[in-house]
Amino acid sequence: MSIPFLLEIGTEEIPDWMIPGALDHLRAKFPGENVRVDATGRRLVVRADVAARTPDREEVVTGPPANVTGKALDGFCAKQGVTPDQLTVAETPKGKYWSFTRKIAGRPAAEILREEIPALVQSIPWPKTMYWPSLGGPKFIRPIRWIVALLGNEVVDFEFANVRSSNTTFGHRRLGARGPLPVTVDNYEQVLEENFVIVSAEKRRAKILAEVAAVAEAKGLRAKADAKLVEVLTYITEYPTAILGSFDAAYLSLPSEVLVTVMRHHQKYFSVENADGTLAPNFIAIMNIPSDPEGHVVNGNERVLRARFNDARFFYEVDQKKPLADRNEDLSHVTFQAKVGNYLEKTERVAALAAELGGSDAEAAARLCKADLTTEMVKEFTDLQGIVGGLYARAQGAPDAVAQAIYEHYKPLSMEDSIPSTQAGQALSVADKLDTLRSCFAVGLVPSGSKDPFALRRAAQGVVKILAEGEVAVSLDAFCESDDRLKTFFRERIDYYAREVRGFAYDEVNAVLAAGFSDVKDVVARLAAIQEVRPTENFEPLAAAFKRIQNILEKAGSIEPGDVDESKLLEIERVLLQYVRQLPDSGAYQGRLSSMAQLRPHVDSFFDQVLVNDPDPEIRENRLRLLQGLIAKFSSIADFSEIVTN
Amino acid sequence: MDTFQETIFKLKKYWADRGCIIQEPYDTEVGAGTMAPETFLRVLGKKKYNVAYVQPSRRPADGRYGDNPNRLYKHQQLQVILKPTPADVIDQYLGSLEAIGIDLSKHDLKLEEDNWESPTLGAWGIGWQVMLDGMEITQFTYFQQCGGVDLDHVPAEITYGLERIVSFLQGKESVYDIEWAPGFTYRDVRYFDELQQSVYNFEVADVPRLWRLLDEYEAEAQRLVDGYRAEELTDAEKRRFPLLSAYDNVLKCSNLFNLLDARGAISVTERVGVIARVRKLAVGVAQAFLDQEQYREVA
Repeated sequence: MSIPFLLEIGTEEIPDWMIPGALDHLRAKFPGENVRVDATGRRLVVRADVAARTPDREEVVTGPPANVTGKALDGFCAKQGVTPDQLTVAETPKGKYWSFTRKIAGRPAAEILREEIPALVQSIPWPKTMYWPSLGGPKFIRPIRWIVALLGNEVVDFEFANVRSSNTTFGHRRLGARGPLPVTVDNYEQVLEENFVIVSAEKRRAKILAEVAAVAEAKGLRAKADAKLVEVLTYITEYPTAILGSFDAAYLSLPSEVLVTVMRHHQKYFSVENADGTLAPNFIAIMNIPSDPEGHVVNGNERVLRARFNDARFFYEVDQKKPLADRNEDLSHVTFQAKVGNYLEKTERVAALAAELGGSDAEAAARLCKADLTTEMVKEFTDLQGIVGGLYARAQGAPDAVAQAIYEHYKPLSMEDSIPSTQAGQALSVADKLDTLRSCFAVGLVPSGSKDPFALRRAAQGVVKILAEGEVAVSLDAFCESDDRLKTFFRERIDYYAREVRGFAYDEVNAVLAAGFSDVKDVVARLAAIQEVRPTENFEPLAAAFKRIQNILEKAGSIEPGDVDESKLLEIERVLLQYVRQLPDSGAYQGRLSSMAQLRPHVDSFFDQVLVNDPDPEIRENRLRLLQGLIAKFSSIADFSEIVTN
Repeated sequence: MDTFQETIFKLKKYWADRGCIIQEPYDTEVGAGTMAPETFLRVLGKKKYNVAYVQPSRRPADGRYGDNPNRLYKHQQLQVILKPTPADVIDQYLGSLEAIGIDLSKHDLKLEEDNWESPTLGAWGIGWQVMLDGMEITQFTYFQQCGGVDLDHVPAEITYGLERIVSFLQGKESVYDIEWAPGFTYRDVRYFDELQQSVYNFEVADVPRLWRLLDEYEAEAQRLVDGYRAEELTDAEKRRFPLLSAYDNVLKCSNLFNLLDARGAISVTERVGVIARVRKLAVGVAQAFLDQEQYREVA
C-alpha cells in the first residue's frame, strides 16, 4: 500500500536561475513513486507516493567452517544472537559452513524518510552557498525558515538546519493570513492559493503568458516574446500579475537596442511592439500581487524607467562628443588580458587578420570594433558591446557594411544564436575570436575541465559555426601551425558542432575527423555524403571490410613503398585492382562514396578466396600494397574503420 | 507626507524599538555604511551587537556636479546590523517599510539575487536587492566574510538608500526636489556640496599629492598593524593598542583610491594593485582586531 507524501522546504528567496536544477536533483533522488516537484522562490516542493513500509526479507548469515565446534562456535552464536540449535550446515563452493537464516522486518516509511530527507535536501548541488546561522553551520542556498513533511495525515518528524518539520506553511509575504497555516496533503495547494501563492510553476508561467498577451492586445499592441524572461519571472513571483505601463515617446529617438536592454535586463520588463514591428512607448511588468487598483505599481515602475532612460540619453549624448575613430588611443589603457596586452594591440592584430579573411570592409570594421569599450553606454550596459559600436559607427557616418560588421561581431553568442549576416561581419567575428584563441594559447591560458575564464570554448565554437555556415574560409591546419593543443581544441569543437548542432552520428564524426578537419565546410560536406550513403545495403559491410583491412595493415607493420605488381596477383585480385583504379580521386563526395559501395562484391570475394599472409613474402607484400592502395583512395574522405557496424 | 528627516527619525525609532543602538555617522570619509567600524569591525568575533546609523557615503566617481536627478557624489545610507540575525529578520525589515508609510499590500516587492562583495575590504556576503515597484530601495546581505575572516555569527546587513526611498515616498522625479525639512529641499541642503566636490574630484584634485597621501596613510596603517603583531607586547599593551586608529588610516587610503579613480589617474592595470594594497591593510586590521577581542574582555 502506498501513502501520499508532501515535503515543502520553506526558504528565503532562492535565486530564480538555480531552482530548475535543484528540482531536477530532488526529482531524481527522492525515494518514492510518481514523484512530482514544484517551486516558487520561497519553497521547494516534493510530492510522491511512498510505500507504507518496506517488505520483510531474509538474509543468510554464514559462520565458521562446519568442523569448528565448542568455544569458537559459541562465540559466533553469541555475536549473532542465536543458539547453536538454530544453526544448520550449508554446502558452499568453498566447503561446508555453519549458517542460519535471519528474518529482517521491513521498516515503516516514516522512519526511512526521517533519516533520508535531511541528507537529500543537503545534497542539492547549489552553484553558491552560505553557511547559517553561524560558523560551521550547514551550507545551503539561503536560510530555511520552515519545513512541511506529511506522510498521509502524519507529520514526518525531523530537524534540518535548526528547523523542525511540521504541518504548517506560510503564504505570500504580505497578502492573506500572516501566521503559520496548517495544511494536509490534500488541501496544500488550495490553502496556499487562498493565501496568494500559486505553487505550480506551470500555472504561474501560463498566467504570465496569458496576461502579457492580453494587456498588450487590449491596446492593439503585441508583446515581444521572451522565453528566458518568462522563466525568470515565473520563479521570482508567487502570484504573478501583468501590468502595462508607458513612457514618453520622445525616448524612442534612442536606439531601440538600448531601450530594450534597459527594460529587459535592468527592469525585467517585456517590451511592446506596434503592429508594424516598431517599438511602442510601452512596457509590461510582472508584479507579485494580484492587482494594482490605485495605480501605485504602474506609477512607480514608470518613474524608475524614466530615470533609467534619462541616464541612457545622457550616456548617448556624452558618447557622441568623441567619435569612435578617436577612441582607439584610449584602448591602450584597457587591458584585454594581463599577459596578452591591451585592446589597442588586439585591435591592430584583428585588423590585419580581418583584412586577410574579409577584405577592406572587414578591416575598416576591425579598426573601430573595440572602441565602444570606452563609451559610457557600454560601461553601463556591458551586454551591448559591439551593438553600441555598430550603432555609433552608423550615426557617425561609417558605411553600412562596416557598421553592420561591428554590430554583429560578437555573434554567435551561443550555438542557438545566428552567425553575422554579412561576409565582412563573419570575417571580423572569426578574426576577433581566432586572435583571442591564438594569443591566449600562446601564453598558456588553456581551458581545463570546467575552468574557462576567457570563454575560449565559446570563441572556438563560434569560429566553427561561422566557418561551417558562412562565407569565410580558414585553413585550421595552417592557423594552428604546430600548436597541437590548439588543434585538439578545435577538433573537440568541430566534433561537438557536428554531433550536437548538426545531429550527425558519433561514429560518422569520428570517421570524418580522422581524415582531417582543416576545412570545416569540407568536414560537413563529407559528413553529409556519408549520412546519405550509409543506409544503402553495401555501405556498412564495406565499412566492416575496411576495418578488417586496417587491422591487417596494422599487424603487418611498415610496408616497403612501391607499385602493385600485377603479375603476382590472382585473377580475382586483378579485378579488384581494376575497380580501385577506376574510382575517381576527386569530385562530389556522394558520387565517390556510391561508387565505393560497388566495390563490395569484389572485396568480399577477395577475403573469401585470397590468403593475404601468403608464405611467399613477396606475394604477401604485394597484396598488402593492393589493400593499402584501396584504403588510400578514401583516406581524404574518412577513416571507415571508425564506422560502428553490427 | 513625511520629510526626509522625518522618515529617518521613523526608521531610527523603529530599529531602536527592536533593540538597536542608534549610532551617529562615522566621522571619517567612507564609500558605504559597511566601511564604518560599527559594521566592519563589529561583525567580527562572537559578541552580539545590534546597531543602526545613517552614514553619508562618498563615491567620487558618481558625482554629477549636482546636475543629474538620480546620481550623487554623496548619498545617505541607513545601515542596520543585526548580529546574530533574528529568525524573523525579513519580516522585521518589511515592518520598517510599513512604519514609514509603504502599504505593502498595494505595492510590488521582490527580493532579487544580489550578492555583495568588496574586494578592498576582503568582505562578501549573500543576499538580495530589494525591489519596490521596480526600484532598488535596499541591499540586504548575510555577511559571510569580513577582512578575509569567516564570521562566527552570520549578521544581517540592511542598507537603505534613503534618497531613493524618500523620493519614492514623496513622488519626486529628482532627489534635489525632496523636502528635507519643512520649507527646505534636498537642493537647499546639499547642492553646493555636490557641485564643488564634483569640481574637486574631477578637475582640481592634485594627483601627485593624492598619491603621496595614499603612500603616507598606507605607511601609517601598516606601521600600526606591524606594531600590534610585535611579539614583545604585554596583554595590557595589546588591550590599549590603537587598532581603531589603524583602521581610520585604512579608510583614508580607500577614499584616496576613490578620488584618484574619479580623477582618471589609475589605469586598469594599476587598479588591481592599489585594491590589493588597501585590502592587505583591511585584512591586517581585521585579524588584529579579532585577536584583540580576548584582551578587551578583561576589565
